[in-house]
Amino acid sequence: MSIQKKRGMTIRTRRAITGYLFILPFLFGFLVFMVRPMVQSIAMSFTNVTLSAKDGVVQTPAGWANYIFAFTIDPEFNQMLVDEIVRMVTHSLATMVLAFMIALLLNQNFKGRALARAIFFLPVILSSGVLVGVETNNSLIIGMKELITQSNNLNIGNALFTLLTASGMGEQALEVVYGLITSVYDIVMASGIQIVVFLSGLQTIPRSMYEAAEMEGSSAWESFWMVTFPIISPLLIVNMIYTIIDFFMKTDNLIMEKIREEMFISLNYGYSAALSWIYFMVAIMMIGISSLIIIKGVKRYE
Amino acid sequence: MSNKTVAVPKVAGFFERNRKSGGLLLRQSLRTKGGAVIRALMLFGLCFLILQPILDKISVSLMMQKDLYDTTIVVIPRNPTLDNYTLTAELLNLNKSLFNTALISLVTALMQIIACTLAGYGFARFDFPLKKVWFACVILVIIIPPQTISSSLYLHFRYFDVLGIFKSLTGSTMNLKGSSLPYLMLSATAMGLKNGLYIFMVRQYFKSIPQSLEEAAYVDGASSLSTFLRIMLPQAVPILVSCFLFAFVWQWTDVFYTQLFLPTANTQYLSMRLSGLVDSLRTYAATRLGMNVPPVGFIMQIISTGVLIVIAPLLVIYLFAQRWFMESISATGLKD
Repeated sequence: MSIQKKRGMTIRTRRAITGYLFILPFLFGFLVFMVRPMVQSIAMSFTNVTLSAKDGVVQTPAGWANYIFAFTIDPEFNQMLVDEIVRMVTHSLATMVLAFMIALLLNQNFKGRALARAIFFLPVILSSGVLVGVETNNSLIIGMKELITQSNNLNIGNALFTLLTASGMGEQALEVVYGLITSVYDIVMASGIQIVVFLSGLQTIPRSMYEAAEMEGSSAWESFWMVTFPIISPLLIVNMIYTIIDFFMKTDNLIMEKIREEMFISLNYGYSAALSWIYFMVAIMMIGISSLIIIKGVKRYE
Repeated sequence: MSNKTVAVPKVAGFFERNRKSGGLLLRQSLRTKGGAVIRALMLFGLCFLILQPILDKISVSLMMQKDLYDTTIVVIPRNPTLDNYTLTAELLNLNKSLFNTALISLVTALMQIIACTLAGYGFARFDFPLKKVWFACVILVIIIPPQTISSSLYLHFRYFDVLGIFKSLTGSTMNLKGSSLPYLMLSATAMGLKNGLYIFMVRQYFKSIPQSLEEAAYVDGASSLSTFLRIMLPQAVPILVSCFLFAFVWQWTDVFYTQLFLPTANTQYLSMRLSGLVDSLRTYAATRLGMNVPPVGFIMQIISTGVLIVIAPLLVIYLFAQRWFMESISATGLKD
């Protein structure tokens, strides 16, 4: 009966309308709580914002002043940005490699596999929100921590480091490796999702492919590069993007802290908006560059 | 040993093959055993890395302060006590903040999942003009750090108004900063914490369900809505539960949205309480114990206990619903 009522409409337009109804809440939210604040925030980054009890928000146009201030005058921002980018590159590369390795391990058959998988996924839940760095986030502990690391008996790493540098190994390279080793904990904690994504990809590879590769005489090493890797490569992009976003949004991130500080403590809304847009552009650039590298550099299996 | 001889026995039965090849048996089994040992060591090490902080916190939280400074005590406390728990519960204002956190997590997770499911289904099954554009917007929502727009959203709710209605009625805009309304609005419109991700996951999942089911329902004369509710939703229960759990758990520990959009004047949420735990401890020590700065060991104990209290419910949920958590991630891993 409803078909006759709506005879004027084709099935296609009706489906289209229904589709819009389904995404309506999202659309509304996106336009009101995303686009509007985004536009405002961009506009705000070009102004100086002052709050007053009488007129609410007062914005005076400032041109590029906030951006120029960030890059040329602010004493800490440039350094922070460079540090964060370097940290992001090394960390996300390490995360990808580690997550892939763990996924390969978990893809094998052994006792306690389910338990190991559950443990590796645990950080997704336990390293979120307030739980990140709650121990280290207050000044009292930070000072104490330094003392502890200096005087504590857990200095095997340091001893090894001095030993290796003394024996004439390249100090620069060693420092990078050493940095990675000391941050293994952070990397493992940040790779729960990526492991499961890789794992689910690995499980879609049919056994017959490996068998075929074996028949053709490829070694395990070769079939890893010829079979496993190409099939997994689309997931590399997914995981890379996820890792970068995750890294950029971490609350213990220096720049995030600075943005928050500018907003809530200094009440510098304009400057804080400018900082977050710079930061966002950097994030987008990093995502773009890394996806490009992965797309160009990795043979795809289609 | 050439690679071929390594690879072949794996396919056929391991022992029969090797008995015929004599000396290879020993080498082979050593090889696999060795591999297994290395794998076990690596996995054990990495798992220990993840679990150690939790175990450490449990042990520290059960100790009396003097146990901390006793070098003969490593893990197991000599004077086990629950004092830390009582004190931390008091500092966290546990009853109230636990209730508030549970309530807000439940309500917002539910609202977010409803909005995200609707959107995800819409994107998965319907064709409409500008669909690609809107889906790109979903990706944009995933990519844009909420921090980028946080300042203007904050002001948006601080001086909230819909098309100038309130200003003309009451002469001023509404200050929604002190209520949980802003966050409920965000949740109901799929703009909450990581909601873009949920939309994406739900869409992937719906896409993997064969269309014939729905077509059968349409042929029987069901409307789009009833098809969705009666046929598709029951199919999607795993992904919905999965996303709901994520939304719940991440909301539980979230400070960012909580600080921005929920009434934090008296900060009765577990996450906020936990992040301010050291300050409350300091005032407690100053007023009740007469100490200016509480000893660091004591602070660490209280923080450890606080973290344990906050994550305990999450651990219980994870213990029982572990499978569900991974469901959605695996669905994302599938290619579309």
